[in-house]
Amino acid sequence: MAIFIDLLLNALVIGILLGGFYAALSIGLSITFGLLDVVNIAHPTMLVLGAFIAFLLNSTWGIDPILAGIISTPFFFILGWLIYQVYYNVFEKSGAESLRGLAFFFGLLFIIEVGLIIQFGVDHRLVEAPYIGESWNIVVGEEIDVAIPFRLLVAFVVAAIATLSIHFYLTKTFFGRAVRAVAQDMMALRLMGVDPIRVKRIAFALGVATAGIGGALMIIVLPIEPSVGRLYLGNVFAIVVLGGLGSMSGTLLAAVIIGIAESIVATFFGPSWAPAVSFGILLAVLAFRPEGLFGKTAGAH
Amino acid sequence: MKYTFEIICMLLIVGLFVLTQVIGNQFYFFIGFVILQYMVMATAWNILGGYGGYVNFGSAGFLATGAYTAVALINFLDVGLVEQMVAGGVIAGLLGLATGYLTLRLRGVYFAIATLALAIILETIVAHWDYVGGAAGTSILPKRKPELFGELIVDRKAGIFENYKEYLFFLMGTVAIISVWVARYIENSKLGRGLNAIKDSEEAAECMGVPTLRLKLIATTISGAMMGVAGAPLASYLTFIDPLSAFNLEYAINAIAMPMIGGTISWAGPVIGALLLGTAQQVSSLWIQSELNLLIVGVVLVVFVIIAPEGIIGWFRKSRQGSGR
Repeated sequence: MAIFIDLLLNALVIGILLGGFYAALSIGLSITFGLLDVVNIAHPTMLVLGAFIAFLLNSTWGIDPILAGIISTPFFFILGWLIYQVYYNVFEKSGAESLRGLAFFFGLLFIIEVGLIIQFGVDHRLVEAPYIGESWNIVVGEEIDVAIPFRLLVAFVVAAIATLSIHFYLTKTFFGRAVRAVAQDMMALRLMGVDPIRVKRIAFALGVATAGIGGALMIIVLPIEPSVGRLYLGNVFAIVVLGGLGSMSGTLLAAVIIGIAESIVATFFGPSWAPAVSFGILLAVLAFRPEGLFGKTAGAH
Repeated sequence: MKYTFEIICMLLIVGLFVLTQVIGNQFYFFIGFVILQYMVMATAWNILGGYGGYVNFGSAGFLATGAYTAVALINFLDVGLVEQMVAGGVIAGLLGLATGYLTLRLRGVYFAIATLALAIILETIVAHWDYVGGAAGTSILPKRKPELFGELIVDRKAGIFENYKEYLFFLMGTVAIISVWVARYIENSKLGRGLNAIKDSEEAAECMGVPTLRLKLIATTISGAMMGVAGAPLASYLTFIDPLSAFNLEYAINAIAMPMIGGTISWAGPVIGALLLGTAQQVSSLWIQSELNLLIVGVVLVVFVIIAPEGIIGWFRKSRQGSGR
């Protein structure tokens, strides 16, 4: 019994930490897909690109991965800006976004992934930092102690800061409110004298920019290889849809739910089942409750 | 003449058979198989994606369903290739039917994401299914001296085909021609027009009395079954199969890129796309690394989606209209 409780407790703690980390990976998609209706399925692959940039800076100059993530964030902002520029001019303006827009982002996903394979190969890569590898043991009771890996703790803290600051940016500032207004009624925004396309462009760039810091966290938590983005695809989409499209607090809560579910399954059934968890939840949510747990209606549109 | 297209199809099948008897170099059959397999995949994808507007990102999942049905059958009964392909088609068709019911709730993007999720769940399950090799994969030895209707098919001296490469090529070619015929038939039938109406506006189609759910179910089933048939011989072709090769994203991207490049509005689009892109990939893989190859597919897809939304067919139609004026 003690062993069971020990395992369960550890799984819960790891799950919550993992959830915070997942929130940081999903927050960008929650903006682009949830608020702006731009289905950036290349988002997880952009995160992997961010992770490889962190790896490159870390292995070449020994820069701390989190600092590396902060350095690469502006680069992703510009990338997002350019991508939206193309997306708007080619697809959104003509109203042909659905099928072709999807194919466009699917192609981008593929180009980034294959480009990374060509550059870095398919080996697993990791970064070096003082907090990686250590863990913190808390004795809870007889034969029960909880081990908290520092790498997850660091990722959790950075993720929480990033997620909360985006949350406050979107709810408290004028521009943030404009972004949410775009999601609700573009025409009304235009009547108010705001250029909705400009707002969307900056918001999309912001969503993509999270790939810089998110990617750095990704490689801190686990060694990565170029195709790992596809596995995270299930996580981030499950979280964004489950959280109710575009709700930042919903995203955080959904991320914790997915994190705990994944960690419990990994503990009791083996880690190789973990990918099926998020995709299974995603499929179930899409099939039975497309509006998510807390949010506006999706699926029917 | 009414049956011109059918006669051409028959002639093409006969032509394929003649090729297997005349050409001695096995390399052509080796790469020809892949191109024909892509042609089936692209045609199948287009029935749902091009006609109906429902994007399937999980093509590899359907292909792998066919492939693993075949592997399970080989382990269980040691049946021949044709039976494997029929079984692969049936199982993948049932899977297609199930995804069809998803369209009850899911439109557009959500359907696309759901198909991707489905493929990854299937991959995880197969990786844990030891009977078909699990994550490590399994080797498949083609049956020696297979017979069909009492005829010896593959044998160096007495068989119809000298070896398995020729047999696989001929089977896949036949399947490709039949799929194209089916796609063309659908396009000109009530089903095709109904699917087109769904693509334009599902609500409007429903209001006009189009039985949307039934049409979508038929389309997903046919599309899934075709992909399953295309996947069934994969194990025999590679003589080895593991989840990584069967669920390769390469199939998913090609199944989308080929119709997009050729043109999604007509059956000829996927055929043109598969011939061009498939041949280019196979030929260039001789001297450049396969990753670079896939990079080119990705770039070509993005470029075509941006500059030629109707694909090569749309391009030709436009230029013909332009000169006619």
